Amino acid sequence: MPQEVTKQYKEIMSKYLESQSEEDLYVGQQFSRRFIEKDIAPEDVISIHKSALFELHPNLRKQVWDSLDFLIEMMIHYGLTMREHQSLVRKQEAIQMEMNVATKVQDTLLKTVEPDAEGLDVGWISQPAHQMNGDYIYFLNQENASSVAVADVIGKGIPAALCMSMIKFGMDGLQNENSSPDNVLGIINRIVEKSVDDSMFISMFYGKYNSITSTFSYASAGHEPALHFSSGTSAFTELDARGLLLGVKKEAIYDEHSVVLEEGDFVVMMTDGVTESRTENGFIEMSAIKSLLAEKKDESAQEIADYVYSELSRMQDYQLSDDFTIVIFKKKTV
Amino acid sequence: MNLGSSVEIITEWDIVAARQLGRNEAKQVGFGTVDQARITTAISELARNIYLYAGKGKIEIERISEAGLVGIKIIASDEGPGIPDLRKVMEDGFTTSGGLGAGMPGVKRLMDEFKVISEVGEGTTIITTKWLH
Repeated sequence: MPQEVTKQYKEIMSKYLESQSEEDLYVGQQFSRRFIEKDIAPEDVISIHKSALFELHPNLRKQVWDSLDFLIEMMIHYGLTMREHQSLVRKQEAIQMEMNVATKVQDTLLKTVEPDAEGLDVGWISQPAHQMNGDYIYFLNQENASSVAVADVIGKGIPAALCMSMIKFGMDGLQNENSSPDNVLGIINRIVEKSVDDSMFISMFYGKYNSITSTFSYASAGHEPALHFSSGTSAFTELDARGLLLGVKKEAIYDEHSVVLEEGDFVVMMTDGVTESRTENGFIEMSAIKSLLAEKKDESAQEIADYVYSELSRMQDYQLSDDFTIVIFKKKTV
Repeated sequence: MNLGSSVEIITEWDIVAARQLGRNEAKQVGFGTVDQARITTAISELARNIYLYAGKGKIEIERISEAGLVGIKIIASDEGPGIPDLRKVMEDGFTTSGGLGAGMPGVKRLMDEFKVISEVGEGTTIITTKWLH
């Protein structure tokens, strides 16, 4: 037992026993922090109290001393619980540190190279709601073609993040394969189906821009439809294609469709963190998102993406309820 | 030097007897009130585990001395079902969950040395020591 603490405790208590003033109580309470700092268990505090009292008033009745012994006994389990709690807090801190490292590993591991196909302007943003992102963007660059996969692992956090590395390595293996959207989703679906447990599902949109024909072809595995903005009509068309979520069924078939992009046209691919943005007053309407996009139709793809993100996060008081990802493919005006 | 005595744990009253013996021994060794309470609590937890989960067993209490130090050693043994996952019962957060081995991290904290040997179907022996500092 730190003798110094006992001595000081005795002095402070002795003052209080004389004065019973608020000031001495205040001093005592400030002093009690020392017990916590020095990791002194509650049963030891009572023991300190008992010795201090004995030194000050040795002639108190026997019942007083016995009752303090009784109180010491009562406090043993409180002391244990406190120590257990401290140990759990330390454990949690260690987990938090591991999480921070994991987030960095995730960023490095999942890095993707933005495509630079002739005549195509690409913009994107992906923001996690919590520490680890459950949305994933993967760009694939081939001669005369730029492709992107936008995936959303249903569920968040660590399991989602682990799942994504699998998609990434599946996609890496595609570099030399036939990269038509229906084929890509078929391959990734088989990988996911084989490796992931039944409770985890992934939605994915895969879009491929051919810079020679200006064609955007796409397929979807249960993902949010993309939006095609036509500069000619200033109208949006939903780009949706039939297909099951990844990992549900081994032989799932994915439909592929395509659309020709004119100069100034752009395609917006999103996750449900965008389309299901919500404020106190409910979901933000799709029409609101469309008008945000249309406002910036003449800007670069990146400026459009950044603008939609900043506006939608502002509307949600900067509290994302879900991971938020937008990718924009825009055909440059010459 | 090896002074010791033991208590068979069969009924709940035997837990009290083990506590009493432990407190007396701890006092004899020279432990202060708080450490007497800690040693007694450790004995109590060990005896309770025997009573609740093994049916019957034994608490042995020894006064020990080694390299100029004196202390107390408690051996709790039973021929009960054993503890299948020792790592788990020694983890914090499981103390309040009940079941065999509940409160083990607490006993470890109350004492200085702690060792558990358990074989499923054979029984459990816990040896724990506290030194007078």
